[in-house]
Amino acid sequence: MTQMFYPGGHGGFHGGHGSSRTTCRAALAAAACLLAAHVATAQAPTAPLGLGRAATADEIRALDIDAAPDGRGLPLGRGTAAEGSPIYAAKCASCHGVKGEGGTAERLVGRNDGDSFAFATNARLVRTIGSYWPYATTLYDYTARSMPFSQPGTLTPDETYGLVAYLLFLNGVIPEGAVMNQASLPKVAMPARDHFVPDNRQGGPTVR
Amino acid sequence: MSKPFSVSRRQALIAGAAGLAGAAAAPLAGQTADQAARARVPADPTKIQGPGATDVGARSPFERPARLSGGRRTSSQTPLQDLSGIITPADLHFERHHAGVPAIDPERYSLLIHGMVERPMVFTLAELKRFPGRSIIRFLECSGNGGRAYGRDAQDAEVSPQQIDGLTSTSEWTGVPLSTLLREAGASPKATWFLAEAMDAAVMTRSIPIAKAYDDAMIVYGQNGEALRPEQGYPARLFLPGFEGSSNVKWIRRIELADRPFMTREETSKYTDPLPDGTARMFSFVLDAKSIITEPAWPDRLTGPGWWEIRGLAWSGRGRITRVEVSADGGRTWMVATLDDPVLPKCHTRFRMPWRWNGLAATLMSRATDETGYVQPTTQALIAARGPSTSYHYNNIRAWRVAADGTVRLAGGTI
Repeated sequence: MTQMFYPGGHGGFHGGHGSSRTTCRAALAAAACLLAAHVATAQAPTAPLGLGRAATADEIRALDIDAAPDGRGLPLGRGTAAEGSPIYAAKCASCHGVKGEGGTAERLVGRNDGDSFAFATNARLVRTIGSYWPYATTLYDYTARSMPFSQPGTLTPDETYGLVAYLLFLNGVIPEGAVMNQASLPKVAMPARDHFVPDNRQGGPTVR
Repeated sequence: MSKPFSVSRRQALIAGAAGLAGAAAAPLAGQTADQAARARVPADPTKIQGPGATDVGARSPFERPARLSGGRRTSSQTPLQDLSGIITPADLHFERHHAGVPAIDPERYSLLIHGMVERPMVFTLAELKRFPGRSIIRFLECSGNGGRAYGRDAQDAEVSPQQIDGLTSTSEWTGVPLSTLLREAGASPKATWFLAEAMDAAVMTRSIPIAKAYDDAMIVYGQNGEALRPEQGYPARLFLPGFEGSSNVKWIRRIELADRPFMTREETSKYTDPLPDGTARMFSFVLDAKSIITEPAWPDRLTGPGWWEIRGLAWSGRGRITRVEVSADGGRTWMVATLDDPVLPKCHTRFRMPWRWNGLAATLMSRATDETGYVQPTTQALIAARGPSTSYHYNNIRAWRVAADGTVRLAGGTI
């Protein structure tokens, strides 16, 4: 017999007996009994179904572009603020401003007095890479995958490291001559890093 | 309830209906869309044969509900005040995207699952559809929805439900449980997070706790009985019931399992919630209980005292709505509203309340409670918890002021 399954696990061929009229009960019971002899109980499959195919290493490599805070995924390459500056001027400044002060796209550069993180109570604080972003690797990952807006995904690793170095330098996070690469970028201490906390909402009567 | 405004006036105010009527009733110079439609209607439709069947239906030329898209066209809002029931027509489902709507050939589409799995796998769209499927009716809401009602306007404001809360919609979604695909790939029990990645020009990414995959996450390809709309992720997207919209990655091309979150731009610099204690909440996925009265609401004008039906939507990312209360006196007294069937978990729920308006100024409010016992907070209570300039998750009580002349405006200040 063909195996049947219901993915939600809501097996059950029949339902709604509770409202059946008495006169129908005997007939229904007999029918259910007959059917029970011939219909397997619906069950969700518990093993792989053999659909899809194995991914090749090349396929994974082509798509696996993410870079994580511990440095996993960062490519080979290097860059400094001096190398990033002309790339920024050519590919970023038209939207983000000459020095990252913002324009048609968001502001990237700036710190608040005393590195204040009172964003919830002070709407005047600037929200930038230097004042809000907790991980330097995120800047690499995002710039490489999504920028420049009109030519996304076209920067080389060296160009991306250079842009990242330039923006971190403009934000006062790294010295002007610092080289950004696979090893150094994960070690950059972002000013906002320790302000982030996990979600503590969990429903129930308390408003958090 | 008879509409306080004619449909044309209401929608012209909301969406600028001129030009949206389509070819069937294109207005001539100097003609409104309604006048153009009216010109094509016979004086007595019982005396003339109507047109025949069509391959694809269209709305009545008198009905022109429309999304409202912002100047940069990175989002558009659902016309909540023009909809009945709980389902959002697919062409009116809100949009939010970071690099436009990609054009994707379904024949060339595939989903890669890799990382902490025994068998990295690639699934075509046809293979995704071959897996045991499931359909669910659930809301989807952008976590930035409702900022306009967060007490930032000192004065009463002429804004519609669409402008306030139009970044929420409800659809029937059809697809395959993500847990089924993870089993197919042999997911490691040590994996705690997964990365979801889109194939738009932003290559949008979010990290999701893997527990959600084993709870109710799906890869969906169907929306309200047809294929997903391009704006909603065609040909396939991640769907995470009750989780903020941006985590429901559209146009999904890759899922990578890992033992830590990836800290992408969206989940660090963007969709995080600054709090008054100088911290910012990360991975605040679940949308708390919320409701809004959609009728009467600006730009409605009550034409006179008497019986009106107060109507609206309530929803919670944590489960079912168990109660909606409505106040017509600014929150001094509350009445329990009727909830239309079906009341589904993590789904828009329609509430109704008959109201006899005495013709005097009134303040209408709705307050939702969900199955966890969470009660939609006042604006003051939410600001106390989150701060006046926090970002995202604005689920405070919305209030509408009805003036003696019948006009309705979003209440300013913090009630």
